[in-house]
Amino acid sequence: MTADLAVVGAGPAGLAAATTAAGLGLDVTLVDAGARAGGQIHRHAADDPPPRPVRRAARERRVTHLAAHHVWTVVPDGDTWLLHAVVGPDEAPATVRARAVLLATGAYERQLPFPGWTLPGVVGAGGAQAMLKSGGVLPGRRVVVAGSGPLLLAVATTLAAAGARVPALVEAADYRAYARHTGALLRNPAKLAQGALHGGALLRRTTRLLTRHAVTAAHGTTRVEAVTVTRLDARWRPVPGTGRRVPCDALAVGHGLVPQLELATALGCVTRRTPDGTPALDVDAEQRTCVPGVWAAGETCGVGGEELARTEGEIAAHSVAGSRPPRAAVRRRARLRGFADAMAAAHRPGPGWTDWLDGATEVCRCEEVTAAAIRASVTDLGARDARSVKLLTRAGMGWCQGRTCGPAVARLAGEEPAPDRRPLSCPVPLSQLAQPPGAER
Amino acid sequence: MTPAPFTLTFDGRRITALPGQSVAAALWAAGILAWRTTRHGGAPRGAFCGIGACYDCLATVNGRPNQRACLLPARPGDTVTTQEGTGHDR
Ligand code: FES
Repeated sequence: MTADLAVVGAGPAGLAAATTAAGLGLDVTLVDAGARAGGQIHRHAADDPPPRPVRRAARERRVTHLAAHHVWTVVPDGDTWLLHAVVGPDEAPATVRARAVLLATGAYERQLPFPGWTLPGVVGAGGAQAMLKSGGVLPGRRVVVAGSGPLLLAVATTLAAAGARVPALVEAADYRAYARHTGALLRNPAKLAQGALHGGALLRRTTRLLTRHAVTAAHGTTRVEAVTVTRLDARWRPVPGTGRRVPCDALAVGHGLVPQLELATALGCVTRRTPDGTPALDVDAEQRTCVPGVWAAGETCGVGGEELARTEGEIAAHSVAGSRPPRAAVRRRARLRGFADAMAAAHRPGPGWTDWLDGATEVCRCEEVTAAAIRASVTDLGARDARSVKLLTRAGMGWCQGRTCGPAVARLAGEEPAPDRRPLSCPVPLSQLAQPPGAER
Repeated sequence: MTPAPFTLTFDGRRITALPGQSVAAALWAAGILAWRTTRHGGAPRGAFCGIGACYDCLATVNGRPNQRACLLPARPGDTVTTQEGTGHDR
């Protein structure tokens, strides 16, 4: 069967796109790697009722939801597209054929390494939230939340509500940076109210909010026992002598999100650079990528939160169906994009963060490549970009293919992070690779 | 409705999981944060990204090495063992 539209990713953007397109009469196949639809934001436990957007999609007869399908490549086949996926833990092959493709693959967390960040108990901030939402578990009782970006407030609140003590919320950016963007902020009062609410709930739980500070080391032998929190200057350089130890048994850390682009870049989609320095997909006013027949929506096009993702999904669906996107949605997108850009600029990592690395800090967690080795490849061996660093040191060549260390390695090599280029977006059994894409019917 | 807990083992020790929990979540619930050692340094690792991107949470489950514990649903009777290095050396 050939679907009118295949949507990759069942987060807010993908769900909105699928339901809107179905409402406009298209047959939609929604392909998602997760066991349950909803993406990171609507992650829920198996026995919890699904959130509203998930229920809505489930009611749509014209939407076929393929869960636990990890799409690893999209290839053209005549005037249709073939999406190849591996299914579930057993990695069985599956193929979806569709006339149009919409990529809503979301984002993952940006990590900036620091001494001790490989200790058990140091976990991604978004990851801690995800594990809590879907599994009901916490990494510890006293969890410091650190990094940068609006997600931290939400994470700290969620952890605290689940019974964790959050001794400190450590934000590297200066919230005063928002003041430069009052226009965009004032047009988004709902967002501000949401932020204040999160902040207020936290204060009542006696969390210390430290802005322009970072966790510059985690301490412990087999797991985290404490972290060092240090003041930063305007360029995110740690100010000497300002470090203080905060006891804790876990650290949830993350410096914002990076769009997940491998399927798109493999297709040849063009990227743009967002105000926080990461690449995102470049789309036109109707969410089309530069590849005819391929649309994109949500964090893939630049991180901007749930409402923007939904709006983009809705606009893209109209475009795929050949109907004009609603004016209200187009206006909403402009307003929310402005806000997202202001946030991104405020939380853009300053170049001085590399000063908190010591030589022994493992920057690439998979291949255990230290900061000293990466720096030596630049200073002694003349590497000028992340690619040469990778070839000389194996940084980014391990299991995760640089998803975790990529932005940090790029910075240490003296460049801005480049768009993901991975031949495969997830591990694929060799038997499936041996079969040329397009061979299955 | 409270879902019925079930048991699995980690390095021979019985731990309790709830339906819908991933293997990583079940381990966290039992206070276990590390279930892998690195290939070169032999350092302990467990779940880091929690969403399937970092591969730090690799475990040997029912004899199969390199399973991402944060994505793998826990099943009654699962045998989870600490993965040393690549998981193929012993
Ligand atoms: S914790 Fe990162 S892949 Fe499982």
